[in-house]
Amino acid sequence: MQPQTQNTIYGGGFANPPVDSAHGFRAAMNAMARPGTIQQISGAVPLDGISSAAGALLLTLCDPETGVYLAPDVDSDDLRGWLTFHTGAPVVAAERADFALGRWAALMPLDRFRIGTAEYPDRSATLIVEMPELDAPNARLQGPGIKDSARLTLPELDAFQQNAMLYPLGVDFFFTSGSKLAALPRSTKVTAGE
Amino acid sequence: MSDYNFAYLDEQTKRMIRRAILKGLAVPGYQVPFASREMPMPYGWGTGGVQVSAATLTPEDTLKVIDQGADDTTNAVSIRKFFERTACVATTEETANASVIQTRHRIPEAELSEDQILVYQVPIPEPLRFLEPRETETRKMHALQEYGLMHVKLYEDISQHGAIATAYAYPVKVEGRYVMDPSPIPKFDNPKMEMAAIQLFGAGREQRIYAVPPYTKVVSLDFEDYPFEASKADHSCDLCGAEDSYLDEVILDDAGNRMFVCSDTDYCRSRREAGHSGRLGEEAA
Repeated sequence: MQPQTQNTIYGGGFANPPVDSAHGFRAAMNAMARPGTIQQISGAVPLDGISSAAGALLLTLCDPETGVYLAPDVDSDDLRGWLTFHTGAPVVAAERADFALGRWAALMPLDRFRIGTAEYPDRSATLIVEMPELDAPNARLQGPGIKDSARLTLPELDAFQQNAMLYPLGVDFFFTSGSKLAALPRSTKVTAGE
Repeated sequence: MSDYNFAYLDEQTKRMIRRAILKGLAVPGYQVPFASREMPMPYGWGTGGVQVSAATLTPEDTLKVIDQGADDTTNAVSIRKFFERTACVATTEETANASVIQTRHRIPEAELSEDQILVYQVPIPEPLRFLEPRETETRKMHALQEYGLMHVKLYEDISQHGAIATAYAYPVKVEGRYVMDPSPIPKFDNPKMEMAAIQLFGAGREQRIYAVPPYTKVVSLDFEDYPFEASKADHSCDLCGAEDSYLDEVILDDAGNRMFVCSDTDYCRSRREAGHSGRLGEEAA
């Protein structure tokens, strides 16, 4: 495939959407089902400043039915245009978002995102957190999907411990860096340790 | 290649199912509502499992489909052919070679690995449905973790039959939170649900998807003095001699002769190929 022209809102989509999104979803599912593992996800060439992993996730999961919140550090007319052209997803406020994209600090405060209701805990936001790297684990993970314990690079620990205490409510996280993808569902218990 | 979109479903439907699967994995055992589609097969024939498989398959996957453990029954053959035609995926009958396994009412005998995905066809996803018919109420019961009614049902089993008589679709508690219907697998299979593979459940008519990530705690409900017991027919397989597999009883004639055979046809075949033989193994061969 010819690399499509970057930096235009019309380029950088999936070359073969049914197959690329099937691969994208497999990576996302493996990440969510096995917290702490690092998956490779590719196929998208998003705009400058957005990792290809985050771009591929948006193309795989977003459509006109999902509201997307863009944190101030990534929000731009170009990104809005790119998202609209490729997915049709509306850009919405954090309080109404199904998905949110940004770096950790810009996504704060966490408590504005939807955490679901007692009867419908699935009606909660999924945050796509852009990370500088995923190679310096600072957290120990335990819970569903993890045999004994796993390790992951997290931007902090406190917020994830608070989020896990809300279980079965809470938000779920994807972490993206380059073409790498990891995930942390609300069911995972996080402690400090390499 | 046929003129279908990859894996039959349109992309927007697959995205909707995929989002439901991800939320299902994040809250193990919780039933996520999804907008189930009409499939080219009747409800009750695995439309939920087929939709989950369609949203999960990639072109590189190898698919295995079993119905009550058998690869060669109508339902299994039709679904396998459906995906051969619409997704052009490779298919197999060998458990170890499959990357995605769609199943109706059994878990394969061979242990599943981390690289595999098990997709269950589910008729009634709500374990409390026969105790409380109203969805609004069962939602509330799950929200409040109000599962007393289920224990009363198991207790009534004991008071009537002297033991917990539930033999299939035996309720489990997932990760200490949600009570879940494991689909109508025999309770013999319940202990296998703590496995290395990802387990996805699709109920088409009832429009629910749920999931169990690898190594998740799955506990069959019981009482201290009446512990859960994974039971099977007290025989060995008449074809391959296996003592450890779940057996089907087959009536042979009008004189009351019968045989017991592995319900997992691939397991039985591979054992016979390895030289094992049961009571009637020679005659059958």
